[in-house]
Order: sequence, then C-alpha cells, then structure tokens
Amino acid sequence: MMNAATPPLLEVRDLVKHFKQVQAVNGLSFDVRPGTCFGLLGPNGAGKSTTIEICEGLLKPTSGSVRYKGEALGRRYRERVGIQFQSTALQDHLTVIENLRFFSALYPVRRPIDELIALCRLEEFLDRDSKKLSGGQRQRLLLAIALVNDPELLFLDEPTTGLDPQARRNFWDLVTDIKAAGKTIVLTTHYMEEAYLLCDEIVIVDRGRIIAQGVPSQLLAEHFNDSMLEVPAAEAHKLAATGLTGVAKGEAVEIQTADVNTAVAALLAGGVSLAQLRIRPRTLEDLFIELTGRGLRE
Amino acid sequence: MKAMLRRIGAATWARSLEFVRDRSSLGWNLVFPILMVAGLALVFSGPGQPLFKVAVIAPPAAALDAGLHPFLGTPQVQFYREDTVAAALPKVQRHRIDLLVDVTAQPPHYWVNTQSPKGALLERLIAGSGGAAMRREATTGREIRYVDWVAPGVLGMNMMFACLFGIGYVIVRYRKNGYLKRLNATPLRAVEFLVAQLLSRLTLILIVNALVFGACRLLLGLRMEGSYLDLLVVVAVGAFSMIAMGLVVSARLASEELAGGILNVISTPMMVVCGVFFSMDGAPRALQIAAECLPLTHLLNAARAIMLDGAGLAQLAYPLGVLALMSAVYLALGAALFKWRQD
Repeated sequence: MMNAATPPLLEVRDLVKHFKQVQAVNGLSFDVRPGTCFGLLGPNGAGKSTTIEICEGLLKPTSGSVRYKGEALGRRYRERVGIQFQSTALQDHLTVIENLRFFSALYPVRRPIDELIALCRLEEFLDRDSKKLSGGQRQRLLLAIALVNDPELLFLDEPTTGLDPQARRNFWDLVTDIKAAGKTIVLTTHYMEEAYLLCDEIVIVDRGRIIAQGVPSQLLAEHFNDSMLEVPAAEAHKLAATGLTGVAKGEAVEIQTADVNTAVAALLAGGVSLAQLRIRPRTLEDLFIELTGRGLRE
Repeated sequence: MKAMLRRIGAATWARSLEFVRDRSSLGWNLVFPILMVAGLALVFSGPGQPLFKVAVIAPPAAALDAGLHPFLGTPQVQFYREDTVAAALPKVQRHRIDLLVDVTAQPPHYWVNTQSPKGALLERLIAGSGGAAMRREATTGREIRYVDWVAPGVLGMNMMFACLFGIGYVIVRYRKNGYLKRLNATPLRAVEFLVAQLLSRLTLILIVNALVFGACRLLLGLRMEGSYLDLLVVVAVGAFSMIAMGLVVSARLASEELAGGILNVISTPMMVVCGVFFSMDGAPRALQIAAECLPLTHLLNAARAIMLDGAGLAQLAYPLGVLALMSAVYLALGAALFKWRQD
C-alpha cells in the first residue's frame, strides 16, 4: 500500500506559519499518497489545525508550499476537496436534507444525495432541524456535507472530539467505508487510538514540528520492544518484594517489561494479586510521552 | 455564469427559509409596525399640539423677533425661517405649518389656510399685535392628518431596523459561529454570498412591508395619492441602500454586542433626524445637512411625495438618484471590507 513510487496526491514542503505572537507551524514536510488515510497527531495547540487549514487552501502559509497533484492550490481546488471542520455551525431552521441540498448546489460536480444519505446513515433524521441533532448525528451530517462534491481528497479536522465512545466508534466505521471506496483522507486527532485504527501513515506534531513520522505499527516497533503491565494501585506496596519497578499513573502502577512471562512470574511470587492485572502492547500515547516527556493532554 | 446563479439562488433560498421559519421574529416584524402606527394614530387623534408653527421669510441677517414685526414676539409660537414662498406655501396648504409670513414684501404678506382653525386663530393674533398691517393671502388644501404623514415615517423606520439589524446581526452571527468559515471552504464567493443575503432580505422586507402597509391602509384609511408601483420602486431602492449599509457594518465584526452598538449609533440618529415623527422644517441647518447624508431621509421624502402628493417617479429623480448612489458606495465598501473569518 505504501508504495513510494506512487506520486503523492498532496505534497507539503517546509510549511511555516506565524501568527502575531505564536509560531504555530515550524517547518513541516510530508506527502499524502492516494488512497491512504494520513494522520496528523498531537496535543491541543500543536499546530494540527493550522497545518490542515493551510492544506485545505483556507490559510496562507508564511512560507513553504502545498501542492495537489503536483500543482499549486488554485481557485478550483475548493471544488475538488471535501472539508469537515472541528466545529461548524449550520444555518438555523434548516433540516438535514435542506442542508445537503444547499451545499450540493454550490458545487459543479455533485454526488447523488441519496448515496450520501445511505453512506452516512442519515435516513432516520432527514427532516429534523439540524440544530436538534445529537453530537454523532451532527458529525455524520457534516461528513455528508464534506462529501457532496464527491471529492478525491477529504480533510477531517478532529471529527470525533466531544463524541461519546459509541458515536465515535460509529464514525470510525464510516471513515473506514470511505477509505475502502478509494478516497484519500487527511485526519487530525488527539486520540491516539483513532489514529492507530484509521491511519496508514501518521506524523506526530508537537509545538509546530514533526517529532515522529511513519506507519503506526512500524513506529511502535521501532521505539518499543516491550509491553506494559498495569497493576492496581492498591497492590503497589507489594511491588518492592518482586524486584520490579513501576510508575504510578492514575488508579494503576505501570511496569515496563520486555519479558512479560518473567515479570508476571515475579508478580505471582511477590504475592501480587493478578485479578486486576492488565497487559497491553505499547501505544502511540506511550510513544508521544517517550518522545516529549509529556502526556498528550497535559 | 449558470453555476454562479445556482450558487446565489441556493444561498438566497436557504437564508429565506431560515428567516421565514423563525416564527417569533417574523411575527414581530409584521405586528410591531402596525401596532406602532395605530398607537401613534391614537395618541395624535386627540386635541392637537399646543405649539403653533409659523414660517417666516425675512432678510438673511435679521433675527426672527419682535423687531421685524410685533407679531414675531408672540409667545407659544415657533417661528422659523424659509427662503421662498414657493417652498413654504405647500406646507401651509397641507397643514404642516399654520401660517406663512413674508416680512420682506411691502407691505408684509401672510398666507393662511382658510380651512385651518389654528390659522384663523393666528390671524387674530396678527391683527392684535399692533404692528404694520399685513396683506392677507388665502389658500386652501386638503388637510393631511398627522397619521397620514407619520405612517410612512414609522413604516420606513421599521424597515430601516429590519434592513440594518436583519442583515448585520445575521452575518456577524454566521461569522462568530464559524458558518462563514464553512462557506468559505466551498466554491461560493464572497460577492455571491453578499448578493444572496441582500436579495433574500430585500424580498422578505418588501413582502412584509406590503402586508403591513395594506393593514395600515385598511385600519387607518391611509392616504395614497400616487401609484403603488412607484411606491414599490422607491421602497425597494431605499431598502436596498439600507441593507447595503448593514453589509458595511457587518463586513468584519465577530461580536454581536459590538455590531449591535454600532447599528444603534447609526439607526438612532436616523430615527431622529430623518423626519420619521416630525418634519425637519425649521430644524438647525447642521441637522438638515446630516439628514441629507442618510438614506432614510430620501426614502421618506420620496414615499411621502407619492403617498401624499401623488408624485410620479420622474419628479423623484433626486431622492432616487441619491439612494442609488449610496447603495453603490455601501455595496462596494461592504464587499471590499468583507472577511469570512474572525482574526
């Protein structure tokens, strides 16, 4: 899938964006290959939204360039890409179907509205005032609006922020379907699980710079050769006898180990109850902490 | 071109649906002006105002006091300066003023409306003032009830608010909540968006005001001497210019509070100096110049000329021309200053 010979759909080079007081983006370069889902990850304020808005052609970079199919972004670019913002109000008193028809009318190339309704599962609330939708329904409508022009390239800026876990999972299913239909997606998120599940390639951004770039599973394999054991905090006092050291994190103590079998045996020998023990592989969240010394939501 | 029209059409339709479905605000837009006109009719249907208003034609340097003629020293009478008999006489005929005096003539003249009770009273005062005898000129003309005169003012004022706030608040709200930013991500252009907002607002204001006008005419028997079509043209041009004025205010702001403040700063003087409730005859020169610069003045002058005097469009070239010019300037300014997003 990650064939380096395929010419990129989007080429971003040395992107810099200064606002009055902050340098939001500080020299980002990456390629987005056709048919892939590309993730921009990072904590709030990392420069993800600024980067994606420059890629969408809505913000002018201070320096650097973005090219779509090898060409600079022109006026017609807007007709060819789909965009879902992090938060967008729609017009009051318009129903879901009226919103779809309105946005559809703005584009020269239009995907049949029935298809959009089926794809984004809007059937049940087509005639509802868009103001009265739940968070998940609203994001599905905004996604359908982003697809009205049948774009080849779709931008999703933190599409699941603020959604409940169920709605978030439903949205992931939709994105997976869209990917399967051959669309290219650029996604920003601060949920590492989302990035891991959906993205073929990611860049982790912090303070306007790329700190890691690659395929999620490969990135984890490169940085970690161990697993994480989570012992409930109530059992922590018994750890001293096992010879293992852990770091307290919330209700649990995390123990890093390259050899799970030996570590578990040590825990058993030390009399630590395994009833609440959790063994998990390393995550992108761990990688972020490893690279920056900070948590994602700190 | 076809695509552009489709985009403008879609945006106009979407905005109109939003307005029409906002029942409370639509109801208010319809009911408020009728209540206002009816209220004013009630208030002013009783005994007239105690003040007498007399126009005086006098040498430019002379003060309007008893030195010119003892009659000008009468208390409780407002004397103000007019330049020519031709300009002032129609006001006597329409009962807008009670008497016209020309002290530059030899002997001094006065014009009185023989159907005006106040005029008759003032004649007695002239006779009893002890000054030089004045020559009496009688004139007549159908009295215009205050309500006939004030109704266009109130409807015009209401329309001004609907134009300024209707467009101003909506665009500022769209910018604040990010809807404009979303539209900017589509092929819709700024000028297309603005034209759509203008068209939607203009159409709805014309419909609402036609209904309100009909209701007032029915309830209050408003006078209508001229052509309805001419009135529609005048109202459309006037409303267009005031909506365009609202576009300028809303071109960049992202705070409804600030927009509201600025719109009030614009609308309150218009309400006061444009002759909504009272004629600006006799007002200080500076106020009259200020009034000339505001679109509502020209709209009201033209509408009253049609409704009260039966004027045709050809006679209204000046107010219509001024309104068209103002529209063009506001629209160009609004489009040039427009920003999709807040900084």
